[in-house]
Amino acid sequence: MTELTRLTAAELARTIATGETSAVEVTKAHLDRIAAVDAVVHAFLHVDHDGALAAARVVDERRRRGESLGPLAGVPLALKDIISTADMPTTCGSRILQGWHSPYDATVTGKLRAAGIVILGKTNLDEFAMGSSTENSAFGPTHNPWDLDRIPGGSGGGSAASLASFQAPLAIGTDTGGSIRQPAAVTGTVGVKPTYGGVSRYGLVACASSLDQAGPCARTVLDAAMLHEVIAGHDPMDSTSIDEQVPAVVAAARAGASGDLSGLRIGVVTEMGGEGYQAGVEERFREAVDLLVDLGAEVSEVSCPSFSYGLPAYYLILPSEVSSNLARFDGMRYGLRIGDDGVRSAEEVMSLTRGTGFGAEAKRRIMLGTYALSSGYYEAYYGQAQKVRTLIARDFDRAFEQVDVLVSPTTPTTAFPIGERADDPLAMYMADLCTVPSNLAGNAAASIPCGLAAEDGLPVGLHAMAPVLADDRLYRVGAAVEQAFLNRWGGPLLSRAPELEVVR
Amino acid sequence: MATISRAEAEHLARLARLDLAPEELDQLAGQLDAIAGYVARVAEVVADDIPPTSHSVPVTNIFRDDELRPGLTPQAALAAAPDTEDGRFRVPRILAEEV
Repeated sequence: MTELTRLTAAELARTIATGETSAVEVTKAHLDRIAAVDAVVHAFLHVDHDGALAAARVVDERRRRGESLGPLAGVPLALKDIISTADMPTTCGSRILQGWHSPYDATVTGKLRAAGIVILGKTNLDEFAMGSSTENSAFGPTHNPWDLDRIPGGSGGGSAASLASFQAPLAIGTDTGGSIRQPAAVTGTVGVKPTYGGVSRYGLVACASSLDQAGPCARTVLDAAMLHEVIAGHDPMDSTSIDEQVPAVVAAARAGASGDLSGLRIGVVTEMGGEGYQAGVEERFREAVDLLVDLGAEVSEVSCPSFSYGLPAYYLILPSEVSSNLARFDGMRYGLRIGDDGVRSAEEVMSLTRGTGFGAEAKRRIMLGTYALSSGYYEAYYGQAQKVRTLIARDFDRAFEQVDVLVSPTTPTTAFPIGERADDPLAMYMADLCTVPSNLAGNAAASIPCGLAAEDGLPVGLHAMAPVLADDRLYRVGAAVEQAFLNRWGGPLLSRAPELEVVR
Repeated sequence: MATISRAEAEHLARLARLDLAPEELDQLAGQLDAIAGYVARVAEVVADDIPPTSHSVPVTNIFRDDELRPGLTPQAALAAAPDTEDGRFRVPRILAEEV
């Protein structure tokens, strides 16, 4: 039998259900793998060894009693450390929340537990999900399993790296400007940002409330779809949660795997390519587009002129919301408190706490947001950015009258070396160039592996965008592309990743 | 478009309640100025008649029924507090000495 950590979530679920293996065995295999490789990858901030085994035992016990369990019961998962868990710390990668325990579970956490999914631990991220490399984590960067000297993307680099290094078959990410999709692209994994409001934000520590969306991360499209169906759905605890039927994403993934995309209209976004895009990324992207044609899709080019203003608008709207959301970290009710000597005032203690507890990127964005919302600048910056947001949504609306799905590269380059962009925030922001429009417009989008760039041998992602509540189209296209590449390559992309040195 | 000087950065830090070291302010002022210059591109878009979007998926406010439901116990609410006193959050004095 193949090593358990190499199986997909769907395969693991099946072998657990048939009794070929048990949830405890599967969980142990993954905990062993974490112990063997995470010293060099640093995907996890916290591993809940005992809690994971206890949850696995419950699944095995319920199975023995003949209870009917969910389709992913017993399968382990890595949870991004910005989703609240009552029994584990939630740090958001920040010193200001080091050691903090939420008094309640996020809705996503509750749904995972109810489905019998075994939470292995919490994964590393850029502080409060702000970054594209995980270098902004207060607890040190995560390393890309394809090349340990390179970034695994961000903010969800820990979740993506845990999948790519076979420490977990499933993970949860959150995507505010690309934090699920860009890490998926640079690690050769699958990541989906559902329609805004498709997955509850209750218990997800807010970065930018109008953009944040939690979603599934996996090594295959079907696994992502199965996880999507577990976590999605209306939640009365989140006022922006959509009260509609969850799109049939698992059925779409199964249908897509047949490889027939005839009748599907796909648009290549004119503005997402050219200057600033790595040659190997564009080459793999063009190859993926040719593949879509081979699979029967009608491919055309679609122009979305306002997308070029997406990144500047995003870097006004996001910091504005961040400066407001992060005001809650005032050292009064939870988290770090610095300088409370009985003499200093609350305001002084607050400033000292925030000055010490936040890292450089959090400070930059708080100050930028404070600037953008200042009287005198408000109209020129925040007001104008909100209008650009309308124009981007209109570009999407027009595009989706002509095509069913839009495609682009997920990110302009492959994984860059750790440290390369650390002192150049603008260069770092460029990683989000293709992903932010879907956050601004709230529609669904995904990244699917489409090969390795010729010049550096690193993974490239195909980015697919679908209309609001048409998440299923991403899974149909994703599964078709995945299956076609599997046939062409003779195995999944990750089978070409270098073996990590194992600690014994 | 306005630029972010070191003095302006210092003012923003004060507004945002961030105690920053002088060398942090030096670095941040330069970086913020570069970012502000880039994002100011949104001004190029002629959008006088375009309505602003604050939220991608339009929603109206939702009210729940006004009925009792379980909340946090005082112990749970105070469990992560930096400091407590008599079952409450203990905070530094609110008013400054000279007031």
